[in-house]
Amino acid sequence: MRLEKCWFCSSTVYPGHGIQFVRNDAKIFRFCRSKCHKNFKMKRNPRKVKWTKAYRRLHGKDMTQDATFEFERKRNRPERYDRNLTENTLKAIKTIDKVRSRREETHHKNRMKGKVAKERKEARKEHDQQLHMLIAPGAMVKDTSAAKVTVKVQHESDENRMEE
Amino acid sequence: MVQYNFKKITKVPTGKDFVDIVLSRTQRQTPTVVHKGYAINRIRQFYMRKVKFTQTNFHEKLSTIIEDFPRLDDIHPFYGDLLHVLYNKDHYKLALGQINTARNLIGKIAKDYVKLLKYGDSLYRCKALKVAALGRMCTVTKRIGPSLAYLDQIRQHMARLPSIDPNTRTILICGYPNVGKSSFINKITRADVDVQPYAFTTKSLFVGHTDYKYLRYQVIDTPGILDRPFEDRNIIEMCSITALAHLRAAVLFFLDISGSCGYTIAQQSALFHSIKSLFMNKPLIIVCNKTDLQSLAGISDDDKKLVEEMRSEALKTLIGQGGEPREGAEVLLTMSTLTEEGVIAVKNAACERLLDQRVEIKMKSKKINECLNRFHVAVPKPRDQKERPVCIPQSVLEAKAKEAAAKESKKLERDLEEENGGAGVYSASLKKHYLLADDEWKEDNMPEILDGHNVYDFVDPDILQRLEELEKEEGLLQEVGDGDEEMDVEDLTPQQHKELAEIRKKKSLLIREHRIKKSTAESRPIVPRKFDKDKRFTSERMGRQLSSLGLDPSKAIERARSKSRGRKRERSSNGDMDVDDDGSNKKMRARSLSRLGSRSRSRPPTDVLVPGEGFRDSAQKIKAHKLAKNSVFKRNKDAKKGEGDRVIPNLKPKHLYSGKRSNGKTTRR
Repeated sequence: MRLEKCWFCSSTVYPGHGIQFVRNDAKIFRFCRSKCHKNFKMKRNPRKVKWTKAYRRLHGKDMTQDATFEFERKRNRPERYDRNLTENTLKAIKTIDKVRSRREETHHKNRMKGKVAKERKEARKEHDQQLHMLIAPGAMVKDTSAAKVTVKVQHESDENRMEE
Repeated sequence: MVQYNFKKITKVPTGKDFVDIVLSRTQRQTPTVVHKGYAINRIRQFYMRKVKFTQTNFHEKLSTIIEDFPRLDDIHPFYGDLLHVLYNKDHYKLALGQINTARNLIGKIAKDYVKLLKYGDSLYRCKALKVAALGRMCTVTKRIGPSLAYLDQIRQHMARLPSIDPNTRTILICGYPNVGKSSFINKITRADVDVQPYAFTTKSLFVGHTDYKYLRYQVIDTPGILDRPFEDRNIIEMCSITALAHLRAAVLFFLDISGSCGYTIAQQSALFHSIKSLFMNKPLIIVCNKTDLQSLAGISDDDKKLVEEMRSEALKTLIGQGGEPREGAEVLLTMSTLTEEGVIAVKNAACERLLDQRVEIKMKSKKINECLNRFHVAVPKPRDQKERPVCIPQSVLEAKAKEAAAKESKKLERDLEEENGGAGVYSASLKKHYLLADDEWKEDNMPEILDGHNVYDFVDPDILQRLEELEKEEGLLQEVGDGDEEMDVEDLTPQQHKELAEIRKKKSLLIREHRIKKSTAESRPIVPRKFDKDKRFTSERMGRQLSSLGLDPSKAIERARSKSRGRKRERSSNGDMDVDDDGSNKKMRARSLSRLGSRSRSRPPTDVLVPGEGFRDSAQKIKAHKLAKNSVFKRNKDAKKGEGDRVIPNLKPKHLYSGKRSNGKTTRR
């Protein structure tokens, strides 16, 4: 019993799922569901199809090289059964998973680093430039002129003062 | 050794047929269409291809003929001579040579004409060249017609030759005509040769097969030989001479004791002596046939003497072979094919002699090693009378006994299965014999899958160490952390956020409306503004929108209203009417009253001349309006956008292009 990887989207194919296609040159293609199978039949390149892991890795959306990937490797020579080793392996799998997911998180965070600043800048720009849709430019100018306060000056008192 | 199969030679067509076959092939298998409008290269290629194709076909067919026919020098001399005797070697070679030259000639013709075709400048010329080439090739073929016919005859005859293997055990029967050779062969084999009272009934070689001591023997019946000098012999006799000369066989020389064949014993013995040179190295047996008519003892003395001479000759050959000289009876036998007495004895004697000779030769040759397995092992003779029984050491005996005991006490899996309930109930533990570091682990079930991973992929003797390294790395990475760069750019105030949200809402609304408008504009005619039933273009609405923008709408509303209200009110207040009052006030009032609320009030009436429009007088203006309306009317009915709208939404409407016709044909719907 083995969990395989779907050739198209690289997700795991559990037993009892999916389709395997064997080509005349004896290369085996495994698919997790008919979506991947149909895409393959249409001769689509998984590296160009956005939702596949191949695309994501190629375009740097997901982590490509990491030490955690080295742990999982298809070994062709079977090891003699050792209970302790198996126990350790099982525990190790869990920690490796944790480590890997943490690293993927950091990778994602790094990717999204400048996003907030960028968004804020854009928002500010949009606000400044498109404010005329809410408040007409004339109205805004008028506001400032309306803010002008006219003060009535008492001339007589002044004149009186000056005469004195 | 190749088994000569002359039956496999392909049929040789006659000259005419040959030409027909090849030309029709060319016709069928090369492109046939060419026009004089084609590029000259293409025309040239076309004709060159035809010429080359014809040439290759001729070449192929002639080559197969040449190769199928056997080369007289390459085959077994027996067949070579036989073919020479039958068909004349020179004639045969000549015919094949002619075919060869024809092949070469055709090749040359093709080459020359292809060279010429390269410079053909018109279709006609190229075609003429091709016709000339093919014509010449065909004449060449027609010229070799007689050779082809001859070869075909030969082929037919060759196919009917008996299949004689020159290397296997053969018995040859020879003698004068009518002595009883064919009857003999009929008796010992399944061959059915013609037996007739006239001489030369058998005109060619016949083969039969018999068995002796589980081996198959070929028996060859030859036509009778007359006693003539070698040069005078005819073809039929030459066949038997050839067979005698080339086949390594046991020879049975038949002698007619009774003389009923028409030749005396003297004549027959004369023949014997003249061809005895051909019996060199062959086991010879002289067979006296027709003893039912005349027994061997009853012949005259002279004849007896002659027979004795022959026998001594035969004995010489026997001694020459190196066999032990047994009784002379082995070389001289009597029999009668009619009564069948002695026939089997003759056959056995001949087979035995031949076998002995062949065995001798084989023993002396290098091939003996391949036959060694057919020899038996000699048992050594006992040296003395001492008893020497079998001796087995004690330890071996003990070991054997132990093994036997162990075998009995060993418990098989099968027994275990039976004890525990039989096949369906008990399932053997396959892990019983595992060699593990700790035997307690034998029955462990190791998980194969965990959390979407294959456990086998992770199993590694130094996984702990690597895990440690990984954790260290992780620890280091985590200490580094990451700084917050998000505080560099300031955020908008909540008020600004609200405004931004409103801006975005308005924008999206505009975009949506535009999209709808865009899609409907192409597919549907738009209701013009003057039929505004949703009251979207009222001045109150405009006022509200302007005030929401922060502007004072009063002036704009006034202006809008002034244009739609009656002239009477506006005329007194200000002169911002852009219409000249040409007609009477009454008319205008009436018009304005009757058209209350309609938008056309803002447009001047058609007969009122406006200076900027360029009409001579109101009559012209009215006519122009009429013309415009006429053209627009039809277009609007077709829901066209304008005069440039030539869109056909459905080029092939289904209802016009499908269905059966009640009258008329489908070609004209």
